[in-house]
Amino acid sequence: MAKILKKEILAPNIKKFVVLVPEVAKKALPGQFVILRVCEEGERIPLTIADFDRQEGTITIVFQEVGKTTFHLGMLNEGDEILDFVGPLGKPSAIEKFGTVCCIGGGVGTPEIYPVARALKEVGNYIISIIGARSKDLVIMEKEMKAVSDELYVTTDDGSYGMKGLVTDALKKLLQENKKIDRVIAVGPVIMMKAVSELTKDYNIKTIVSLNAMMLDGTGMCGICRVEIGGETKFACVDGPEFDGHLVNYDLLMARLRTYLEEEKISLKLFKEKMGLS
Amino acid sequence: MAISPKKTPMREQDPKERIKNFNEVPLGYTEEEAKLEAQRCLQCKKPPCVKGCPVEIDIPGFISKIREGNFKEAIRILKDKNSLPAICGRVCPQEDQCEKECVLGKKYEPVGIGRLERFAADWEAEQGLMELPKIEKKTGKKVAVVGSGPAGLTCASELAKMGHEVVIFEALHKPGGVLVYGIPEFRLPKKIVEREVNYVKALGVKIICNFVVGKTKTVDELLTEFDAVFIGTGAGLPWFMNIPGENYTGIYSANEYLIRVNLMKAYLFPEYDTPIVRGKNVAVIGGGNVAMDAARTALRLGAEKSMIIYRRSKAEMPARIEEIERAEEEGVIFHFLTLPVRYHADENGRVKAMECIRMELGEPDHTGRRKPIPIPNSNFIIPVDTVVVAIGQSPNPLIPQTTKGIEVGKHGNIIVDEKTGKTTKKGVFAGGDIATGAATVILAMGAGKVAAKAIDEYLKTGNW
Repeated sequence: MAKILKKEILAPNIKKFVVLVPEVAKKALPGQFVILRVCEEGERIPLTIADFDRQEGTITIVFQEVGKTTFHLGMLNEGDEILDFVGPLGKPSAIEKFGTVCCIGGGVGTPEIYPVARALKEVGNYIISIIGARSKDLVIMEKEMKAVSDELYVTTDDGSYGMKGLVTDALKKLLQENKKIDRVIAVGPVIMMKAVSELTKDYNIKTIVSLNAMMLDGTGMCGICRVEIGGETKFACVDGPEFDGHLVNYDLLMARLRTYLEEEKISLKLFKEKMGLS
Repeated sequence: MAISPKKTPMREQDPKERIKNFNEVPLGYTEEEAKLEAQRCLQCKKPPCVKGCPVEIDIPGFISKIREGNFKEAIRILKDKNSLPAICGRVCPQEDQCEKECVLGKKYEPVGIGRLERFAADWEAEQGLMELPKIEKKTGKKVAVVGSGPAGLTCASELAKMGHEVVIFEALHKPGGVLVYGIPEFRLPKKIVEREVNYVKALGVKIICNFVVGKTKTVDELLTEFDAVFIGTGAGLPWFMNIPGENYTGIYSANEYLIRVNLMKAYLFPEYDTPIVRGKNVAVIGGGNVAMDAARTALRLGAEKSMIIYRRSKAEMPARIEEIERAEEEGVIFHFLTLPVRYHADENGRVKAMECIRMELGEPDHTGRRKPIPIPNSNFIIPVDTVVVAIGQSPNPLIPQTTKGIEVGKHGNIIVDEKTGKTTKKGVFAGGDIATGAATVILAMGAGKVAAKAIDEYLKTGNW
């Protein structure tokens, strides 16, 4: 069981929990994830670790309410326990001195890239961060990202805050200005990671993405998270979740993520009816 | 009274009915039926059946007690050697073990040892009894057991009986390993596994779930808190065929398909949240017990056609005959001498067809089975909407990868001394599928038992 010590609403439908799990916190590294389950009938979902505090024994998770499990999770409050919470899973990010690293976070990808950016900054990299959201009210973790970045750019799709456009527009601008970038790390929606990778390929910049494949056990047992990297099948849970963005078969990943779209709608509808949510 | 040449039959659910539910297929013996079957035992002075049992149960002993109607004593004798009789009575391949050696079997059908074991265990459960064996005085020694499958549960219960303090670490949210995530409800009801797990807990074993050894803590870290470690993490890494299109949606590993249904209860969706594709035309690739489990599961999920695709012929199938027969009774269609070569998908990336090639059998290979050889230009298409790849799995690499000094074989299996379960690392023992590659529940239990004995010895003497 994992006790929720702190709950914060970061934006509409985006919530942050600080969870007491000393054994997970002790081992957590940037780029890794946890798997959790909210109730006995619940499914297991992976969430990337948004922060960890070894001293306090806590792990921070940030999630957007999109399906039944995340809505249910969002209804828990400080003091409540998350039924199952296991980790840290997956391989950690490579943290070394690369030079200038551009850290890109889209939506709830921003809290996921935050500990990576911080660790990269700590070892002496120059950090340029780009964080994007649909609109101003959905921009999250700006203050935290600013604290670990040498430069920070914010984009919104509707232009209600920062630069109008997508994270790729901001990245393109930097590249066109001949900004020297040695490495790009992008975490966010698949379509965003695909667009970033296509752009950086033209500039021959090594690009790392964190793949949000579906998972069950998270330890290499089931194979649902299989992804194609350079034509080879890999398991995102044990071989990843980070991969070379230029080698990922994004279309396959998107198709696989759509496998249970109908069932997910049914689950959410039933849950909302049961809970009296609109 | 003349001995009946055949086993006392066990009632079971009618095939037409049972494919509509996940309830257990065989219904068990009544007290009278059990006594009747027990009378067939010849009570040999030197019983060969005991030699056929990997955990050396006193088989004539427990059967004679059933014959006398002293069921309580029968279960006591069983549990003396086997902590999980309700499970073994159901899933052991008795035809290759105890029953294969049965003297009666030379002339007639052997004694239904497995059925009697199941009867005694179920009888105890029905009485609401759970008698605990003698537990030795506390030794003050601590052992960590990694994995709560058959090897881990057995090793842990044996060690607990010897007076050691035992903690089991389980990666999933429920204990039982393959008994919970792999073997379907209709073959091994989960409430039986739960009961056997509770028995192990009652012996004083502590079980910690949601703990991935190799990630949450390494074996080396466990060795700083425990006097010895037993690794029983099983064969968790599924194999795929690496043919074109294998990652289309609708194509599952057997592990995923069975984990969804058994552990996550996807057959109860939407009451349970985890979904599964309820295919109409399901193809299961492989010829082992896991393949039979998957094909029979597909029928219960509403498949119109559930097919087994196997590259050799029926004679070479590794599945238990009983499992093949049950699958046949239920209407599973067998395509022998058939090998998938590629998959075709619709515009959404969902599998819609499987291209296969026909095979013929050549000379026997190293396994003694005739080798399948493709017949050129014999390709044909089978329409499918769900595929389950059940061609085997290898040991989970997580622990070997994160532990210094543990040697592995070329298939990733941890190398152990068979007589003791000792690995190449001091204080670390292993057994079950992680050491042997995918095998059976009872062999894993046997290995857990062997290791428990050796661990006890090591804890007493300190000798490696």
